[in-house]
Amino acid sequence: MADKRLTLDEFVAELDSGMTIGIGGWGSRRKPMAAVRAILRSDLTDLTVVSYGGPDVGLLAAAGKVATAVYPFVTLDSIPTDPHFKTARQSGTLEAVEYDEGMFYLGLLAASQRVPFLPTRSGLGSDVLEVNPSLRTVRSPYDDGEELVAMPALTLDAAVIHVNRADAAGSGQILGPDPFFDELFLGAAARRFVTTEQVVATDELAAGGPLQSLCISRLLTDGVVETPGGAHFTACVPDYGRDEGFQREYVAAAGDPDAWAAFRERFLAVDETGYQVATREAADERAAARAAKEGA
Amino acid sequence: MTDSTDGGITRAEYCAVACAEVFRGDGEVMASAFGTAPALGARLARLTFAPDLVLTDGDAALVDGAPPLGASPASLVLESHMPYRRVFDVVWSGRRNLIMMASQIDRTGNQNISAIGPWARPKAQLIGVRGAPGNTVNHTTSYWVPNHSTRSFVEQVDVVSGVGYARAAAAGPSATKYHEIRFVVSNLGVFDFATPDRSMRLASVHPGVTVDEVVEATGFALVVPDDVAQTRDPTPEELELLRTVLDPRGLRDREVKS
Repeated sequence: MADKRLTLDEFVAELDSGMTIGIGGWGSRRKPMAAVRAILRSDLTDLTVVSYGGPDVGLLAAAGKVATAVYPFVTLDSIPTDPHFKTARQSGTLEAVEYDEGMFYLGLLAASQRVPFLPTRSGLGSDVLEVNPSLRTVRSPYDDGEELVAMPALTLDAAVIHVNRADAAGSGQILGPDPFFDELFLGAAARRFVTTEQVVATDELAAGGPLQSLCISRLLTDGVVETPGGAHFTACVPDYGRDEGFQREYVAAAGDPDAWAAFRERFLAVDETGYQVATREAADERAAARAAKEGA
Repeated sequence: MTDSTDGGITRAEYCAVACAEVFRGDGEVMASAFGTAPALGARLARLTFAPDLVLTDGDAALVDGAPPLGASPASLVLESHMPYRRVFDVVWSGRRNLIMMASQIDRTGNQNISAIGPWARPKAQLIGVRGAPGNTVNHTTSYWVPNHSTRSFVEQVDVVSGVGYARAAAAGPSATKYHEIRFVVSNLGVFDFATPDRSMRLASVHPGVTVDEVVEATGFALVVPDDVAQTRDPTPEELELLRTVLDPRGLRDREVKS
């Protein structure tokens, strides 16, 4: 079997400015954040980002990387909206393509199946059709004659997802309760990348969880990057939950230009190892501050 | 003002039973409920008059019974795996009854959770349309608005996320086939669309609220019947469940003040 292991730098080198890039996960859950941070450090620009959006969209927008965002929502889960995405929308600095969650799923599925669209009731009557004037409806060729939305394939130049375990050949294992739509992001993309908490031997995959957790096959994978803590600060259960303290710090910093500059300097202007060290130190500082407050 | 400490029924408790009524008579469907009063309403219904209702754990599973608010994951009895991708099978099959929240709702039942102001450059970007467009044309949907005002009850929402009656009718039979906006529950009353032109109607006011207050807090011409009912009292069993089983910490009274 081919060894598909890459470094984060080699992953970024596979991408080009102007690409349409799908990002797996959901909201602030199991996002390939190490890959996002690697894109932030690169000179890539003018991207179309396709995502069940979380801080991936917010961070890329804040760095001016995003020309177009394609999404059904952008949320931090425990905090309803991402501050950078809000700012980008409210200042009109990115183009927004907003779809219903189910339409979005069908767009990925259509791309995975190499068909131009899939029909759905979802979207009919809503402003999704008004704000995306290129969307069309299609009439059933059968006796029912129903008129449905023709959700176009969301074809991706590249996709990246984050999983708990993978082998070097690109079989991936998701140990958390929800695989979301990660398999479809890979299926919809020309170049497919999986970041993982840990690369393990193939025989350790089935030993590590039920067969259903082995839901990413190497048929869907071109590159594997080992990134321990690579979903931080989003949740990657059972390896770790969302770092709520850090997420709050992210949101607070976004509200003030000086604070954001300091946040960027400390957490984003460093390489991935530096990020992991800095966020652990930040967690210790928050714990110390809490202890001091309780002691006072 | 009454509150649960002196035995009086709080406004939040009226809201919870009004939300429970959303689930009456539906049998074995998946209940999804956003907000504290809807979460309590679905649980109340499950434990009383809608025993076949199927509740979720808020993550990726269906649960047995009706766990209290904030129950630890370890305490839940799981019935079935329900990851997001499978949720859409349920949505599109129609076997779901949902209470969503609405940043704006309008006279014909359109809901907005996407953005306030012009689309190209909104005054406020909200969470996004989420599943609202698909939910509303596939299964019964109701709304919960804990802050009834002329800012939330508007003549026309800025971005139609959830589809109301007029928009569904204009989109044609495929949009109306499974469309039902059952109730809108707010902190002031309960509303439905039982009017000839499917305009929003005041169905009941919560005890302690006047019809004038509701009309004044609504940014469009609400249909007001000659006799407006009061939202029903919780039964003693429902009150007991709310106060001692489902929400002993009183989260409901933080969402809606009496």
